[in-house]
Amino acid sequence: MVRSQRWKGAAFTVPFQLGFVFLYLIPVGYAVHQSLYREHQSGLGLGGATEEFSGLANYRQGLTDAAFLHAVLRVLLFAAVQIPVMLLVSLVLALFLDGVSARVAGRFRILLLVPYMIPGVVAAIVWINLYSPDVGPLTPLGKVFGLSWNFFAPSMAWPTIGNLLTWHGIGYNMVIIYSALQGVPRELFEAARLDGASERRIALSIKVPYVRGALVLTGMLSVIQMLQIFNEPALFRNVTPQTVGDSFTPIMVIYNQAFNAGNYHYAAALSVLLALILGVASFLFYRLTAREAD
Amino acid sequence: MTLTEERRPARPVRRLTEPDPASRSRGGQRFLLLGLVLASAYSLFPVWWLLVAATKDRTGLYQSNGLWFSGLHLWDNLHQLFTYEHGIFLRWTANSFLYAGLGSLGGTLIALATGYGLARFDFPGRGAVFACVVGSFLVPIALLTLPLYLLFSKIGLVDTPWAMLIPCLINPFSVYLAKVYTEAGIPYEILEAARIDGAGELRIFLTIVLRMMTTGGATVFLLAFVNTWNAFFLPLTVLRGEENWTLNLGLYNWTGKRLESGVDLTSLVLTGALLSIVPMAVMMVAMRRYWRTGVTLGALK
Repeated sequence: MVRSQRWKGAAFTVPFQLGFVFLYLIPVGYAVHQSLYREHQSGLGLGGATEEFSGLANYRQGLTDAAFLHAVLRVLLFAAVQIPVMLLVSLVLALFLDGVSARVAGRFRILLLVPYMIPGVVAAIVWINLYSPDVGPLTPLGKVFGLSWNFFAPSMAWPTIGNLLTWHGIGYNMVIIYSALQGVPRELFEAARLDGASERRIALSIKVPYVRGALVLTGMLSVIQMLQIFNEPALFRNVTPQTVGDSFTPIMVIYNQAFNAGNYHYAAALSVLLALILGVASFLFYRLTAREAD
Repeated sequence: MTLTEERRPARPVRRLTEPDPASRSRGGQRFLLLGLVLASAYSLFPVWWLLVAATKDRTGLYQSNGLWFSGLHLWDNLHQLFTYEHGIFLRWTANSFLYAGLGSLGGTLIALATGYGLARFDFPGRGAVFACVVGSFLVPIALLTLPLYLLFSKIGLVDTPWAMLIPCLINPFSVYLAKVYTEAGIPYEILEAARIDGAGELRIFLTIVLRMMTTGGATVFLLAFVNTWNAFFLPLTVLRGEENWTLNLGLYNWTGKRLESGVDLTSLVLTGALLSIVPMAVMMVAMRRYWRTGVTLGALK
């Protein structure tokens, strides 16, 4: 390739590079810088606050902050339950779709994708109202079966949010697994059938191993999303504060530190910590699942 | 040729080699269908409930069976929704369209140029740019949004439409998609031929590449639009006054009104929620050929 041509090619990427510097690199750098400082009230607080270099003090505080650590642990535990359940349901549905004729599969695929078309905030609003003892149909439905469940009880926070996320995420994950299934060579099934394998056996021994890659990827995307969960618990908190505490998830802790306590420096340190946790979690998830696939 | 067009013939051909499903056991097929019907019912019943709830007045909402109609009050609800607080809901709708439309348009153009540059030119630093694109997938939103809020407030952008529009212009995932689509859809030969004919690089991009990338570009735009329409954390952080809010932010605020000031807006919230789905549904159905490939590609990143 001609040299000048290369530079012209580079020029196509310049707007993005500039934007990336201003909207990604500088903000992250600024957050790291902020996280190393603290605000000090001079005297009686009359002279206003001054910024003072504090080294890693904010990080030390973050690593011993019970509210933040509990939030991280709470979300990790939740992810460990919700993500496998959601992926399992998506996988089963994808296998079901793969087992029926292409025409039928096409119709059901559209129906199952409907939740994915609904904005996350709206999905949360709908489910919160479905759970609601005032307007929701689930409470009277429970009474029919003699159950008096209260979805707004604090102990129900995760199950209700988990169901909401599963409902919202099944279609998307199913489509990805289903398209991976489309790539399985069909000759394999015929050979297996000739050998007398049942459809269930074919699904478990041929199809599932074949889509492991897709499962790892959707799983990893879900882990990344889950650690940053904010919208759903924030909406729950807006309606039933007794169900969801104000430090329920890591991002909620960070948001409160920044906008309710006005402690940007500490919030910045917590965001950096969360980024590191996210990196480690995705790396571990990838290593664990990739090894299993060998 | 684009990725979608390339893929389409693959499925029917493969399906031909598959044995007729009818030849398999009847009971097995019934079991599969039953499972799919149940799953579809689970997927659809909340949407059905929302649709029914939006047609009820307050008494109906609180007292009648949630899964069936009780009087048709949809028009009253819409009237109330659009006149509440001098039609603030319309304002939010317009804002959502503005941010998602304009932001995604700009973001898509930048992404297509970047993807083209990355996919078809070998310049020093190309690997670094691509590493930034992929690396940014792992950056949590809080780590970006909080400092962005502080920086924007220093230059007076907080609480203006710019605070929403500017971040939309740079979307690494769009760049990633644009690169993949260029690699699949723009052959080197065409570029060479255009160069031999004496066309400049910018002209090649504007007249040949952009035209050949209509499908890919539409997918990138659609996904960016959906993303911005659904955004919550960014608008919550950078928008203060309600005249700049998005639909999501407005609905969020309304859901909290009951505890905050004792005003029960549930009926308005539900009607508004139903309306805010409509643009998404229309767009996704109209462009389903495009976004399906985007959804699948999203998993491959």
